[in-house]
Amino acid sequence: MLEVENLHAYYGKSHILQGVDLKIEAGEVVSLLGRNGVGRSTTVKAIMGEVPPQGTIRFKGTDIAGMQSFQIARLGLGYVPENRDIFPSLTVRQNLMLGIKDPRKPGRWRMDDMLQMFPNLAARADTAAGVMSGGEKQMLTMCRTLMGDPELIMIDEPTEGLAPLIVHQVGDLIAEIARRGVAILLVEQKLSIAMRISHRLYVMGHGRIVFEGTPSDLTNNASIRKEWLEV
Amino acid sequence: MLELIITSTLNGILFGMLLFLMASGLTVIFSMLGVLNFAHASFYMLGAFFGFQISRWVGFWPALFIAPLLAGALGAAVERFGLRRVHRNGHVAELLFTFGLAFAIEEVVQMIWGKSPVDFRIPPSLDFPAFSIFSTNYPAYKMFMLLVSIAIFVGLLVVLKKSRVGLIVQAALTHPHMVAHLGHNVERVFMLVFGVGTALAAVAGVIAGPALVTQSNMAALLGPILFVVVVVGGLGSLPGAFVASLLIGLVQTFAVSMNGSLAGAFGPLSPDYAQSWLSDIWGVTVAQIAPIMPYVLLVLILIFRPMGLLGTRET
Repeated sequence: MLEVENLHAYYGKSHILQGVDLKIEAGEVVSLLGRNGVGRSTTVKAIMGEVPPQGTIRFKGTDIAGMQSFQIARLGLGYVPENRDIFPSLTVRQNLMLGIKDPRKPGRWRMDDMLQMFPNLAARADTAAGVMSGGEKQMLTMCRTLMGDPELIMIDEPTEGLAPLIVHQVGDLIAEIARRGVAILLVEQKLSIAMRISHRLYVMGHGRIVFEGTPSDLTNNASIRKEWLEV
Repeated sequence: MLELIITSTLNGILFGMLLFLMASGLTVIFSMLGVLNFAHASFYMLGAFFGFQISRWVGFWPALFIAPLLAGALGAAVERFGLRRVHRNGHVAELLFTFGLAFAIEEVVQMIWGKSPVDFRIPPSLDFPAFSIFSTNYPAYKMFMLLVSIAIFVGLLVVLKKSRVGLIVQAALTHPHMVAHLGHNVERVFMLVFGVGTALAAVAGVIAGPALVTQSNMAALLGPILFVVVVVGGLGSLPGAFVASLLIGLVQTFAVSMNGSLAGAFGPLSPDYAQSWLSDIWGVTVAQIAPIMPYVLLVLILIFRPMGLLGTRET
């Protein structure tokens, strides 16, 4: 579904991505792990066209490198950025509405579904989204992207700075997304959720992929964990 | 006295609503681009001249619709083929671009219609007194201007707050990247906003043209006051622009109609001052200083409340 080959990206003169290769099949749950500053977020931003990419990025057979973000999104690639960019002055319901790309073509996620699944979003459906807690904002950004009915959703650090109970809820939502057949690329620093739900994992170090395998492969590979993941 | 208060209030609200027609577009465009569009008042002038020309050909009523559409299309083209390219070179380049555009439009208008005022008249169907307050006849055309401004204000509010496009515009003002990631074409939204903003300024031009003077310096006359409105209200704040438009409209019309001076107000308390070298200043009437009132307000706001009345930005 998504194939990235030899992806390079630069911030000014610094060479952030130095040839990233990764692949996600339809319906697959894949995690991209690694420490801060190794280029995980940049990889996702380059795929979405927010950082100019060099290399090949194919999504459902279309070369999307160099396309504009909104065109990439319309092909069915969803992106939840790490900064929880909700629209603070709009209500929760309006935020969700803006996730819909074409109101005439409803997708597999409906407004009512969403509100039913998340009682705390429903309770605040008509209040300004800016006053919600970090966990609620995280839920809202994920739900909002789902309203656009993506076939692959890329989620950047969904659990960063959240309380353990909320982290668990975020994990449940990600599992539900996977259950409905949406492929997931989860960018994470913590191992817990990634190990629980991923089919495959990539570990990044210094702008490259340094490991690829299943969660049990990673459990058995102490040297990779020690060198690239553990602090 | 009561008569003066009522007519001045009506005139002030009218002038304020006209200012808001322009300030609303300017402030939304500011939020979007991050720079003031110095050419905004030029689209007001284009509206007046297009309105004048088209009403000669096909009459005032079609002109009221066609002129803003033309000016809006021109505005959208300026964004699409001018500003969008200039934007890549940063804010200073954008600012200079709109500055140059204002001069260019003024020169072109002078080349086509000349420097002297054109004969843009109130349509005969609206050229009668609407009602009289004591001895003053209040013209129907002014009521018409007021109604058009209020209708557009309400329409704008409904579109911005309730429609899907309005929500996308609101979201794109603060989070353009995120809006694009959701699959919306933000560049097209910006072009649309620029087009609608300049079209609104042109509406103000068409309806103000017959009441005021349609002349090639009308943009230069109004432009500075427009910036005062936007800064006083708070850069980028639509409610702020509304409050400031009305405030400045009222301040100006009331100031013009008042004859009081400091000497008049305080003179009886201390007659000595009236004799001193300060007597010139004491004798200046409020009407005489009316034109500088908006700028005094601007200076005071910048000193004591730099973010404007309802603004949130610190800069």
